Amino acid sequence: MGIALFDIIVFPGFIFLGILSLVAEFTDRKLNARLQNRVGPPWYQPLADFIKLSTKETIVPESASSRMFRALPLFALASASTAFLYIPIWSTTSLFPFSCDLIVVLYLLTVPTLTFFLAGWFSSSLYSEIGSIRTMTQLFAYEVPLYMALLGPAILADNWSISGIASYYYIHPLMALFNIPGLLVSLVAAQGKLERAPFDIPDAETEIVGGTFTEYNGRFLAFFRMSIDVELVVVATLIAAVFFPLFTPANAIVGFLIYLVKILFVIFLLAVLRTALARLRIEQMVSFCWRILAPLALLQVLIDLIVKGVLAH
Amino acid sequence: MGKFVIPVGPQHPALEEPESFSLMLEGERVAAANVTLGYNHRGIEKACESRTYIQDIYLLERICGICSHAHSTCYVQTVEDVAGLEVPKRALYIRSLIGELERVHSHLLWLGIAGHEIGFESLFMYSWKDREVVMDILELLTGNRVNYGMNTVGGVRRDITPEQAQDVLKALVILEEKTKYYIQLANEEVTLIDRLQGVGRLSKEDVLKYGATGPVMRAAGVSRDIRKDDPYAAYGELDFEVITDTHADVLGRTVVRVKELMESYKMIRQILKQMPDGPITVRAPKKIPAGEAVSRYEAPRGEDIHYLRSDGTDKPDRVKVRAPTLANLAAISNMLEGGYLADVPIVIAAIDPCFSCTDRAIKVVNASGGESMFDWEGLRRYSIDWYRKQGIDMKGTKLSRGED
Amino acid sequence: MKKTGKIVPLLLNMLFRKPNTMKYPYEKATVQKNFRGKLKYDAEKCIGCGICSRVCPAGAIEIEKIGDKKFKAIVYLDRCIYCGQCAESCPKKALENTEEFELASLSKDELKVEI
Repeated sequence: MGIALFDIIVFPGFIFLGILSLVAEFTDRKLNARLQNRVGPPWYQPLADFIKLSTKETIVPESASSRMFRALPLFALASASTAFLYIPIWSTTSLFPFSCDLIVVLYLLTVPTLTFFLAGWFSSSLYSEIGSIRTMTQLFAYEVPLYMALLGPAILADNWSISGIASYYYIHPLMALFNIPGLLVSLVAAQGKLERAPFDIPDAETEIVGGTFTEYNGRFLAFFRMSIDVELVVVATLIAAVFFPLFTPANAIVGFLIYLVKILFVIFLLAVLRTALARLRIEQMVSFCWRILAPLALLQVLIDLIVKGVLAH
Repeated sequence: MGKFVIPVGPQHPALEEPESFSLMLEGERVAAANVTLGYNHRGIEKACESRTYIQDIYLLERICGICSHAHSTCYVQTVEDVAGLEVPKRALYIRSLIGELERVHSHLLWLGIAGHEIGFESLFMYSWKDREVVMDILELLTGNRVNYGMNTVGGVRRDITPEQAQDVLKALVILEEKTKYYIQLANEEVTLIDRLQGVGRLSKEDVLKYGATGPVMRAAGVSRDIRKDDPYAAYGELDFEVITDTHADVLGRTVVRVKELMESYKMIRQILKQMPDGPITVRAPKKIPAGEAVSRYEAPRGEDIHYLRSDGTDKPDRVKVRAPTLANLAAISNMLEGGYLADVPIVIAAIDPCFSCTDRAIKVVNASGGESMFDWEGLRRYSIDWYRKQGIDMKGTKLSRGED
Repeated sequence: MKKTGKIVPLLLNMLFRKPNTMKYPYEKATVQKNFRGKLKYDAEKCIGCGICSRVCPAGAIEIEKIGDKKFKAIVYLDRCIYCGQCAESCPKKALENTEEFELASLSKDELKVEI
């Protein structure tokens, strides 16, 4: 019990995750800057931002629902952090693996998006409401391709637990090559999940000011930003665990370094994606997801079904 | 979903200057758009009347930070016209040179803004980085990055040395290479084209109907350019083409601007090659004889018009400025309606708005509700009444000119 | 040919280059030659005609008499628009622009300087 509590709170639980998410945000921002030939922030900038926001006065709009306004950032942070506990990090098993935890993780990742929607809705500001509606519209567009892209590897591994999938590809690393379309789909869909360019439509600054977070400030905004960072780490870890079968269960330190390299590589790919493209319109985003991403994800499922059928014979 | 009104401005991240657009939205679609001007009135025209002709150059130059040379040249041309001055050839060439360099920096700036408005931050960073090259050149030639202070009545203030000309040619090579890349980017990058094509359409008929000007007009296929149609400075002796496009949308405006950059480089080369030797200024009288004149100038944003009336003193009697943005703003509701909310920033940005330059009138809104507009006479009557109520003797003040 | 991510090669290229940003004020910024910066006044040449203060569009320069044929110039750095018209109009060339441009101050009083 004591060890489990340590695992949840310190390592690899909340505190570790908190530090990692700051590192992830720093990497992302620094890469973005360097790709644009800028200097970028110093290493402590995400932490400084967090501290600065936390110490600011918080203002709740008069017409907003005060209770929801205050509670939602915590929901977002809690659910995103919880998802991390079910994803394997350096070894092929996560902290608390159970069958079908892939589905649970995906749903835990949906909860922050829902809280963004509710946060915008309960702020009762025009810009936030438009942002909320866009968040939901976007959710329906990228969710299906993302789920299907992760479904393929699960079918091939014949296992619905992320730990199970990871250990299958650890034993059969070449099988991971069949999952490349799924990797591409999930990288692009992750941009939608994380609301980054080209899918930063819900908080498009030049159109609807701050989007869903227009009315947020002070420590509540800090929590929201933290939960987005945590989401970034969780998504990167999930993609790394499912699509990059490089684990060393025997040596925790080497395994941990490999893990860091893996997620930083995923963050690098995501940073290039967001730097290289213009923001799409919401209707372009939806049609792109359904016309290109969803068929590609379906192709991934098909490939895995065929490979599995061939292997069975 | 019902209709609702969303304010874009007076303070909004998409706008660099305060201006109010109120949009009636149906979901993500814009059903109706309303523009309200008047957040930036600075009283520059009135201030001109209490300054000398030379001082007014520097004041009018500050109408706009981007096309400052456009305004000062346009004004100086009216003064020279009234005074009947023959400006030396070399001065005219230098005016054109600075004018074209200014167009280059303005269009590169616009390209960056356009990138920012559609969430393409990299384009913003790169084009502003390249803009520094031309800013340095302008600083080298004129002594300042903006508000060049190059014009004076009867010529220009600084000469161009052969070494400076060499520096300009060197910078042109870099700029040309970068601009070719932007032309490629505008023609090939899918997300960019998707965001620009078919957005903010303004057909040729509408352009003529609303009197839009500059790249907005040329993107709709109307081939009009003051530099060609009514040549001023040295443009009559330069060989260049008026860039037009048939897209009639934001993509067309982008293409026109980027191609105009190439034309500007061509012109700068010609100017440096053909520039005659000689004096750069003629002596101008301090007091300008009575008269009036209008002058037109093709600013980066479109046609800039200045009107001047002099009364024989050393101060102008009336200066009137019509900045290009005012002409384009009339068409903006037409461009916004029927489009998406997401396109509003880029459509507004595509006219390359300069709201501070535009605001020439004040609209007084009653606190008790309802609006009232003042014409010249009404405003004057109001002010005389106001001072009379303060107990100031206003007997000597006439209500309007010619009235006793 | 249309493609997505046309700018990617340029972006990746930038990873191996030094950032274009200059770390001002830790790095000294330079201006071009002939920059119109803070005014310089030569009391020896000045004849006290006051043309400079009359032509100034911003009313930023004042010439004061401090003795027999001796003058001093007072410039309001906050009002000055650095157009250089005073230096141009000066009949004795007693005024000129220097390349000094870092003139910000925390108090308005410090911006009224004798040059």
